[in-house]
Amino acid sequence: MLTNNKFRTLILAAAATSIMACSSPSDEKVDDAEANNAAADAAAAKKAEEDRIAREEARVQKAAADRMENAEQMMRAEKANLVSMQTVYFDFDRSTIKAEFRSVLDKHAEFLVKNRGQQIVIEGHTDSRGTPEYNIALGERRANAVRTYLMNEGVSASQMSVVSYGEEKLAVMGATDYAMAQNRRGVLVYN
Amino acid sequence: MINTILRRCRHAAQVLLMASLCLVATGKFAYAQSINEILITEGMNNARPIAVVPFRWTGNVVLPENMADVIAGNLQRSGKFSPVGLSDMPQFPSLDDEVDYAAWGDKGIDTVVIGNIEPAGVDQYKVSFSLIDVLRAQITGGESKSLVNGQLVSSFDHVIASREKLISGREFRQYAHIMSDIIYESLIGERGAFLTRIAYIVVRDRNTVELPFQLAIADYDGANEISLLSSAEPLMSPNWSPDGNKIAYVSFEAKRPQIFIQDIYTTARTRITDYPGINSSPRFSPDGTKLAMVLSKDGNPEIYIMDLASKRLERLTRNRSIDTEPAWSPDGKSIVYTSERGGNPQIYRVDLDTKRSKRLTFDGDMNLGASISPDNSHLVVVNRTQGDYHIARQDVASGDMLVLTKTFLDESPSIAPNGSMIIYSTLHEGRQVLSLVSLDGRFKALLPASNGQIKSPSWSPFLL
Repeated sequence: MLTNNKFRTLILAAAATSIMACSSPSDEKVDDAEANNAAADAAAAKKAEEDRIAREEARVQKAAADRMENAEQMMRAEKANLVSMQTVYFDFDRSTIKAEFRSVLDKHAEFLVKNRGQQIVIEGHTDSRGTPEYNIALGERRANAVRTYLMNEGVSASQMSVVSYGEEKLAVMGATDYAMAQNRRGVLVYN
Repeated sequence: MINTILRRCRHAAQVLLMASLCLVATGKFAYAQSINEILITEGMNNARPIAVVPFRWTGNVVLPENMADVIAGNLQRSGKFSPVGLSDMPQFPSLDDEVDYAAWGDKGIDTVVIGNIEPAGVDQYKVSFSLIDVLRAQITGGESKSLVNGQLVSSFDHVIASREKLISGREFRQYAHIMSDIIYESLIGERGAFLTRIAYIVVRDRNTVELPFQLAIADYDGANEISLLSSAEPLMSPNWSPDGNKIAYVSFEAKRPQIFIQDIYTTARTRITDYPGINSSPRFSPDGTKLAMVLSKDGNPEIYIMDLASKRLERLTRNRSIDTEPAWSPDGKSIVYTSERGGNPQIYRVDLDTKRSKRLTFDGDMNLGASISPDNSHLVVVNRTQGDYHIARQDVASGDMLVLTKTFLDESPSIAPNGSMIIYSTLHEGRQVLSLVSLDGRFKALLPASNGQIKSPSWSPFLL
C-alpha cells in the first residue's frame, strides 16, 4: 500500500512539473482568465453560500414566526374557549366556590399562569333578593372568592381586578328560581 | 278595599322651567314620564271625608292647572282623607258667606275647601282659599263672637285656615301643594309633605337602549320627571342633601363604583370617591357637612364618614363581615347600619361619640336597609321572614316589629320628611316599581312604571 501511494505522488509531481514547464508569456492571458474564472467561481460559491444561509435564516425565522403565530392562535383559541365558560354560579347568600366549578377555574388559572400578560376583571353578581347595597357587598365577596381561588392556583394578583355589580346587572329578569340561580354568579372577563 | 285611580296633573310650564335648569352632561330628555298614575290599593275606608270645591275663576283664559284637583289628589294620597266627587257636592261656593253649612253637614261632609282665582296682571293671578269647619259653623251660624280686650268681636273660628297669594302661571302646581300642606297641617297636626320630590333610578333594557341607566327626580307623586343623568353603566343609591339642592349617588361609568355629588340646579357634579373596591351607600348627615358611605378599600365593606370640606375619612366599623347601608339618626349623633357579624344581616346602631355598636333587630331571618323616622320613634327596615322580603317598622322604645307590606321583594325604603309615608321599590307583575305605604301600614299605593324598571327611591327633605 505504501509503495503504491508513493508511486502515485511521484506521478502527480511529474505532472505538476510538466505543467509548470509549459508556462510561457503567451499563456499569461489565459492564466489571468483562468484566475478570473476561479475568483468568479469563488465569489459565486460564496454568494450561493450566503444566499443559502440567508434562506435558512429566513426559513428559521418564518418557522419561529409560524410557531409564534400558532402559539398566539392557540392562546386566542384557548382564550375564546375560556370566555365560553367564564361564569361560575353560587348558592343563595353564599360565596363559596362550588366543587363543580373548580375544573373551570383551574383552566382559567392554567391559562393565566402561562400567559402572565393576560389580565382579567372578576365581576361579582347577586340575584334580586335583598337590598341593592347589601348585594354590592355580597357580590364583592363572591368575586373575591374567585380571586382567592385563582391566586391559590398561582395566578398573580396583578393580573386580576375585582368589581361587584350586586343586583344591578341581572343576567335574567324575573323572580323565578331559574332567574335567581342564573343571576348569582361570578364572571371572568378578559381584557 | 277601594281601588282609586287618581288623575295626575302634569304642568308643562313647570317641566320646561326645570328642564332648562337641569340639563346635564349626559342627561337626556328622550323619554316620557317613567311613572304613571298612583294606584291606591288599600286604606281608603278609614279616611276622613273632605270636599275640595272647584275654585272660582273670574278671568277668561284657560288656567294652567286645576288647583282643586291637585289638592284633592294630594289629600287622597296622604291616606288620611277621602275627597268627595263633584256629584256629591250640594253646591259650589267660593266665599265663606256662600256656604250652606247645613247642606254639607247633611251630606256628612265636615270639612270644605273653597277658593277664588282672579286675574292680577300679565301672567299674574290672585289665589285665595279657605278651609271651613262645617260642624263648627253650624253651631255658631258662621258668626261666633269672642271677647277680645273686653269687646265682643266676630272670631270666624269656623274658618280653620285662610290665605291669599299672588302667583305666576308656572307656580300653580307648586302653590296647590303649599295649600295642600296648609290644609293637611291644620287638620292632622303634622306638617304636610306634598311640596317634596323623589329621586330614583330608571333601568331600561341593556340590549336595546344605549344608555339604559338613568338618575331622575320628580314630584313626590311621580309628576314632572326630570332626568339628571343617563349612563351606559349602573347608577345606584341616590340620596338628597338636607337643603334639597344636591343628590349623592354611585355611578359605575368608569366600570367601577365611584361616589358623586350633583347639584340639581346648576347640574355641576363632583366625584367624591374613587377608592379600590366598593364605594357605596352615600348618605348626607342631617347638617349636610358629612357623607356616610361604605368602602372596601381596607379589605371588606366598612362604614366610613367623610367630612365633605376636608375630605377626611373616619372609619366606624372594624370587623371581617359585611357592614353596609349607613343611615343617620335625625340628631346626627348615631348611625344605624346593616351588619352580618352575627351570621345573618341585622341592624346595628353605632354611637358616633363612643364608636360603640349595639344590635337593634332580632326578628326574622334578616333585617336590612334601615332608616330612622324623623321623630326618632321608629326604625324602618327591609325584613326577611320565611324567605319573604317586606318593609317593616320597629318601635324604637319597645323593640316591637310590625311588617307593613304584602308586596313582593320589597327593598330601598325611604321615609317622607314628615314621617307619614314610606316609598320603596317592589316587584309587581315582573317589573320593579315604586310603592307607597303609610308608617301605620293602613294605606298602600303603587306608582306603576310606564317604561323600564324603577328602583332606589329617595324622598327629598321639605323643600320650602
